[in-house]
Amino acid sequence: MRLFLMALGMLFTTLVLLGVAGFLVFAERRVLGFLQNRLGPNRLGPLGIGQALADALKLMSKENFVPDFADPVLYRAAPVLVAFSALASFAVVPLDHHFSWAGNWNIGLLFILAMSSLNAYGVFLGGWASGNKFSLLGAVRAVAQLVSYELPMGLALLGVVLLSGSLSLNGIVAAQNLPYIVLQPLGFVIFLIAGVAETHRLPFDLPEAESELVAGFNTEYGGMRFGYFFLGEYLGLTLIAVLTALLYLGGWHGPWLPGWIWLLIKTAAVIFVFFWLRATLPRPRYDQLMALGWKVLLPLALFNVLATALAAALWRLA
Amino acid sequence: MSVWRNISELGAGLWTTLRQLGRTSTVSYPEEPLNLPPRWRGRPVLTRDPDGDERCVACQLCSAVCPTRCIELQAGERPDTRRYPLTFRINFSRCIYCGLCEEACPTLAIQLLDEFAFSKEHHADFIYEKEALLIDGTGKHPHYNFYRHSGVALQDKDKGEGINEKTPVNVRSNLP
Repeated sequence: MRLFLMALGMLFTTLVLLGVAGFLVFAERRVLGFLQNRLGPNRLGPLGIGQALADALKLMSKENFVPDFADPVLYRAAPVLVAFSALASFAVVPLDHHFSWAGNWNIGLLFILAMSSLNAYGVFLGGWASGNKFSLLGAVRAVAQLVSYELPMGLALLGVVLLSGSLSLNGIVAAQNLPYIVLQPLGFVIFLIAGVAETHRLPFDLPEAESELVAGFNTEYGGMRFGYFFLGEYLGLTLIAVLTALLYLGGWHGPWLPGWIWLLIKTAAVIFVFFWLRATLPRPRYDQLMALGWKVLLPLALFNVLATALAAALWRLA
Repeated sequence: MSVWRNISELGAGLWTTLRQLGRTSTVSYPEEPLNLPPRWRGRPVLTRDPDGDERCVACQLCSAVCPTRCIELQAGERPDTRRYPLTFRINFSRCIYCGLCEEACPTLAIQLLDEFAFSKEHHADFIYEKEALLIDGTGKHPHYNFYRHSGVALQDKDKGEGINEKTPVNVRSNLP
């Protein structure tokens, strides 16, 4: 009985997350429109919200096509891997103090980093298995991007871990009497930049790069397989936003309102920042992204870790 | 320091896009009316003068000047010897809305008004006959009548004092 209820709950969580991803696609188009002097999709349903449903139906009703020149197994596996890794990461994300699947897990943050690496595998395999030059270029870029942002991101998170003394997300939020954005401003900025790169979103959407690589790693994908990639991207965006809210903005801490509402508000604000960045900034060349990662973010992140460690050690001595 | 300049430029860019929030250049056309310019060239129509007579005198100038040869008409004559079009036919599947017919018309009969959104299923439906072209109004020139004149000033009479003459209009007031 308990197992059944748990399965039901997990199904419900997954469905809610899929709904969130679908809604975000619509919300992004709408917000982007407003930021660019347009209206965005506003035809179907109140405020055009039916567009999310229409897009989902369109993707689901398309043919499940596998090109002859693609590696059939990897081509099918890659989108699932992307969507799965993004969904699985949410297991350790708490909505409130006692409201999560595995919020107390003592390697929660590590699990999320591992899953994000798995996500990169999905993108890389998808591009490689497609057997298309543009896809391969996108995949190569995804890997090049991965090695340049993952290290600064991990180091930026290390600052948070040093301060809170915990790897579980519950523990980290509980340790924030003061939101860590105050104590870790540098780490916050590095995490945000690395997060944009992690989710392959503009200005760092080099693996996709519609204006250069057709559609990058998902050039050969269509229908629901493309939908999985899409889902993975928007779930990844949600994950990074929720992580930013949990790790740096104080999670569910806040006056008057219930904790989970505070978390949702903070997450929505971070997601808006992502949309805002997309509406504003052009895409750099990918050697520029790598230069930024290796020559700027990595030394800054290292400095951040050392300074945090020193400050924490002195704090304990005093 | 170029680093600080770059960061401040990032901030300026972000501020620029944020200021656009809530503004829009889009006109939701079928729901919101379009604001067409006064000299918009829409579908040509035949207008009447202020007294209700057809302005067209079937001089064929519009038909002659039309670059796509889409205007065709036959002239008739009224008992009072004034000419009028017996038939007047415009093929709108060929019309390019250039407005040359309007410029050529000596009596300001043919005018391009603001109708622009019309579509048909068949090309044949685009051939408009005179009944569909002739409107009851005066179009862009509400007071103009080709036959209404004020004559010339002579020794013992001023402009507009002879038989069938009207007082002259103020030329500064009827500019388009």
